[in-house]
Amino acid sequence: MQLEAKNIGFRYGDGPWLFQGVNFTVKPGEIVGLTAPSGRGKTTFCRILAGYEKPLEGSITIEGLPVPTRGFHPVQLIFQHPEKAVNPRWKMEKVLSEGEKPDPELLDLLGIEQEWLTRWPNELSGGELQRFCVARALGSNPHFLIADEMTTMLDAITQAQIWYAVLEIAKKRKMGIIIVSHEEKLMQRLCHRVVELKSF
Amino acid sequence: MSILVVENLSISFNQYTESLKQKNVNVISSLNVTLEEGEILAVVGASGSGKSLLAHAILGILPNNANISGTISYDGEILTAARQASLRGTEIALIPQSVNYLDPLMRVGNQVRNSVKVGDAVAAQRKVFERLRLKSGVENMYPFQLSGGMARRTLLSTAIVSGAKVIIADEPTPGLDPVVIKEALENFREFADNGCAVMLITHDIESALTIADKIAVFYAGTTVEIAPVENFNGDGEALRHPYSKALWRALPQNEFIPIPGSQPRPNNLPSGCLFAPRCPIATLECELAQPEMRELRNGRVRCIHAT
Amino acid sequence: MIPGLKIGTKEEKVKRFYLNRRQKTLLTIVVATIILLSVVVGGAMLDQERIATNLNERNLPPSLKHLFGTDWLGRDMFTRTIMGLSLSMGVGLIGAIGSTSIALVLGMVSATMGKMADRLITWLIDLFLSVPHLVTLILIAFTLGGGFKGIVIGLMLTHWPSLARVIRAEVMQIRSAEYVQISQQMGKSSWWIAVHHIFPHLIPQLLIGFMLMFPHVILHEAAVTFLGLGLSPHEPAIGIILSESMKYLSSGMWWLAFFPGLCLLIIVRTFETIGENFRMLIDPTRANEK
Repeated sequence: MQLEAKNIGFRYGDGPWLFQGVNFTVKPGEIVGLTAPSGRGKTTFCRILAGYEKPLEGSITIEGLPVPTRGFHPVQLIFQHPEKAVNPRWKMEKVLSEGEKPDPELLDLLGIEQEWLTRWPNELSGGELQRFCVARALGSNPHFLIADEMTTMLDAITQAQIWYAVLEIAKKRKMGIIIVSHEEKLMQRLCHRVVELKSF
Repeated sequence: MSILVVENLSISFNQYTESLKQKNVNVISSLNVTLEEGEILAVVGASGSGKSLLAHAILGILPNNANISGTISYDGEILTAARQASLRGTEIALIPQSVNYLDPLMRVGNQVRNSVKVGDAVAAQRKVFERLRLKSGVENMYPFQLSGGMARRTLLSTAIVSGAKVIIADEPTPGLDPVVIKEALENFREFADNGCAVMLITHDIESALTIADKIAVFYAGTTVEIAPVENFNGDGEALRHPYSKALWRALPQNEFIPIPGSQPRPNNLPSGCLFAPRCPIATLECELAQPEMRELRNGRVRCIHAT
Repeated sequence: MIPGLKIGTKEEKVKRFYLNRRQKTLLTIVVATIILLSVVVGGAMLDQERIATNLNERNLPPSLKHLFGTDWLGRDMFTRTIMGLSLSMGVGLIGAIGSTSIALVLGMVSATMGKMADRLITWLIDLFLSVPHLVTLILIAFTLGGGFKGIVIGLMLTHWPSLARVIRAEVMQIRSAEYVQISQQMGKSSWWIAVHHIFPHLIPQLLIGFMLMFPHVILHEAAVTFLGLGLSPHEPAIGIILSESMKYLSSGMWWLAFFPGLCLLIIVRTFETIGENFRMLIDPTRANEK
């Protein structure tokens, strides 16, 4: 189950190419860091991998097959701001059930307390909401997880808590992880290898 | 000299708890912070620990369902609402979190000039741009033409030309790349070296450490520790409060080991020490009352067991 | 409002009768419902005899027997006012419901059905907004031959644009929200997203839009009728009462216009208050304000 991006090129409208000819692979169970100076389209590249945007050039394949456009996407993206990633009018229980219902073990691992399920998003802190976003993405068993500045807005303790849980799950499921972060030390701590996003 | 002293500040909000009843919810309880001239105080803590609210309280821009008690004094005199309004933007300046605070329809040079209170506005603006290494063409640009770093420097220069003695920067670093962060932080240092006081609100301990003189650690709406920056070192044995130690150890460059649990919610605070439920060294005594802030080894701490 | 700093730690607790916004809103809703019901029920129950011409009791000022006085034909003004209000509110209700539905459909279509539809509908909205309501309303009512049908259709066709614009913006905003994009990648269909994510967000907007539109519709109906272009003169609408009363004002019969006008004002204000309060309560940044 290898995720492979070949010759990816993208630009908005008629603007300049953000990147062209980008090649990138992630193997199952591998944790890869992705760096680039700001404004070079890291986030856009992540969105392409997770199916939010279509690449204008090149192809994304999993195990040699194109990624299905309908149904649950096997590459799930976690955003930087969890407040924007949940519907403010839904209770957390419903937010979670948007994917497949995560098993209690997963919730436990992420430190999600039962009592939080009956709350509204604005009653939870950013760290608590981000745990839900991770649980929602992992509930349906994606093959790959992209963490785009996933813990940038969180304090060190919460950051470590969430990463511990994610790493443990990744190990168990042989899930690949792509990490985008400006924090070099976090990347060093977590990644098997770090690649720079650049056009060839 | 202390320029800004916050004593026993408590803030509560009227919120609807049930469908028709409003309740007072404590978000900040007996908080103490002192800002010295020529010094950078970094305020660190988890989101929801009351960092931004402190800034809003100092500037007097809390929403109208807030109730405040305690005192904030500026330059030896107590701050009243009227005084806050007149000091805001002249002597106390806020550097907001988002660069969206720039007026999109106005050339940035003009925006900076608007903040100049005395003397030649144009000269002042040019001088500050030069100091912050913004090229002369920048003053004629509109905010959308600026990069993130330039926009941030523009916001900073607005604060500088205003002649403010106190600058409060609310989360100035997230989303910027390391080079820009370093630059922004150096600007703060320079500002403090010129005799002003800077309060740097951030959850990014690492960047705070590079420039701050003192660090105030917030937890669940109060200060648990105020420590000189040198104490954040090694495995954190020089730190006083168990929460500061845990926070320090959880950094990726240190042990990256989290403690379990999460910060209590304002409407569900523990009766005694706010950190007791997660504290490894908590005793029965800790649950009796919230400990007072006390002096300890050239810093201050709110813990009865700290040595 | 900037809250002042309270000096000292002693907590002041002033106990007095105080209602928070939600309680006030609930109270206004209850009062409004009572008024509405009594007017509608009253309109149906009141004796038609009381508005029969009674030349013995012409031009009487307000008294216990005739609360709002009588007019130049000896008709009881209280009865006429209630009946007029009842009719006005009926017209207002139909007009506002119709307009809200138009706004909902056009707003949704404009936000979801592609560029051409959006351009067309935005143009329509701008067109209607650039001409005062009253003018388009008079034109439409006049073209349709006036009367009950003309005025109701006119009201429906003129009050939707601003709400349609709000709905269009709302739908567009939610469609581009991160949580909706995530929902798509979770494999949810467009229909599922429309029903579960988008529509629930529109309900409060619709409710508020309706609440704020209702008094407008009533006022415009009264205005057009007052000008003689709306309901026909034999119907006891408030607009008719007011326009007829104008002739008698100079002879000192102030009660003819005063009471019906006041009643109309009270009803309009009540609905506006409810709408405004709702708007404050669903705005997350202001929901907790006093």
